[in-house]
Amino acid sequence: MITVIDYGMGNLRSVSKAIEHLGGRYSVTSKGSDLKNASKLILPGVGSFGDAMAELGQRGLIKPLKDTLAKGAKLLGICLGLQLFFEKSDEAPGVEGLGLLPGKVVRFRSSKVKIPHMGWNDIRLVRKHPLLEGIRSGDYFYFVHSFYGQPKVRKLTLASCRYAGKEFAAVVGTDRIAAVQFHPEKSQDAGLRLLRNFIRW
Amino acid sequence: MFAKRIIPCLDVCRGRVVKGVKFVSLKDAGDPVQCARAYDRQKADELVFLDITASHEKRRTMIEIAEKVAAAIFIPFTVGGGISSVTDIRELLRAGCDKVSINTAAIKNPKLIGEASRHFGNQCIVVAIDAKREGKNQWGVYTHGGRHPAGLDAVRWAKKVEKLGAGEILLTSMDCDGTKNGYDLELTRRISESVRIPVIASGGVGNLRHLYDGFYLGQADACLAASVFHFGEYTIPEAKAFLKAGGISVRL
Repeated sequence: MITVIDYGMGNLRSVSKAIEHLGGRYSVTSKGSDLKNASKLILPGVGSFGDAMAELGQRGLIKPLKDTLAKGAKLLGICLGLQLFFEKSDEAPGVEGLGLLPGKVVRFRSSKVKIPHMGWNDIRLVRKHPLLEGIRSGDYFYFVHSFYGQPKVRKLTLASCRYAGKEFAAVVGTDRIAAVQFHPEKSQDAGLRLLRNFIRW
Repeated sequence: MFAKRIIPCLDVCRGRVVKGVKFVSLKDAGDPVQCARAYDRQKADELVFLDITASHEKRRTMIEIAEKVAAAIFIPFTVGGGISSVTDIRELLRAGCDKVSINTAAIKNPKLIGEASRHFGNQCIVVAIDAKREGKNQWGVYTHGGRHPAGLDAVRWAKKVEKLGAGEILLTSMDCDGTKNGYDLELTRRISESVRIPVIASGGVGNLRHLYDGFYLGQADACLAASVFHFGEYTIPEAKAFLKAGGISVRL
């Protein structure tokens, strides 16, 4: 069973429908008490870093999420969800992130390309991970974001992507938590493959 | 490499796809879900559904369609047509669509753009601009399918909607729409170079060269087309192969 965390930021239907399409079971919750016994969670999210942390805080979700992760639950962050894994973001100076991974979130800067980075881009695999089983360098995923995560430790980057002259982290993770900057639920076969890997992880 | 997007557009009236989708493979070419699936299989990069129903029950029907499409395809899709409030937008996004396109409502009430992008993020707020040439290097903004002038300069309006919080611009040339003679490339390039947000070119595609020109000469970030794909003149893979051969980065 996959617990999809609903904190009022964005479209949960697509993620849930993709899980269902793959034969996975899911529940959507916005209650901290439901996170306690979850073994596998998804933290989706669209919107801004500051609003997202405020919503998670107001709903009392931060501590239960961290507690359940401390017990060994697996977590997949998607899009803004990835950014929330880090300690802080240039989008919301002074706001503390979840701090699940060391590092910060910074903005794309370019006068040459359009921002947000919106559309399909290919990724480059950097490190082996169960989440990336069967996914190859050169596979395309759908991205929509103006900020990206900058892990402090190099080994946290599992796959990278190039935009605005920057090679940024498209997939980050450890042995128990992982996050993707793109939307696997909007990335056709490659995205569904990644979600299937998460269901099996 | 970052890919330029090809976006088929489907017109929907009373819950049915209209204006000639003629896929031979479809049992029911009027069914939005079947059409969406067909384009998903062809690896379209996104889809746009434009609701052209002129009645009050349209919202409900479009929400039902969005729900069904969201469960059937796993590429982004946009819904447009008659969206006039934050409530409309919320309902459609909840139903599973990824972006909404607003046109007349944005002109009548520009504050809606900012309000909507603050609520839902600018990535899901597309502002549609219908432009008509009014002189050399000058285009006016129109509503109601090009019948009513809004009294706005298209380039200035594009800059303004970006400032107000639009995440993308869907730019249709009313002069070229339906002609099959290609996009208004000057208009497309002018707008695309005036804003920092992505611009989708629309109106006039009759062959694959027009798509190439839209990207190369028009500097569009995405190209939208309807009839060339609906009537099976070209498939999406054919279009992408043509673009790739011309040096445009696409997702095959």
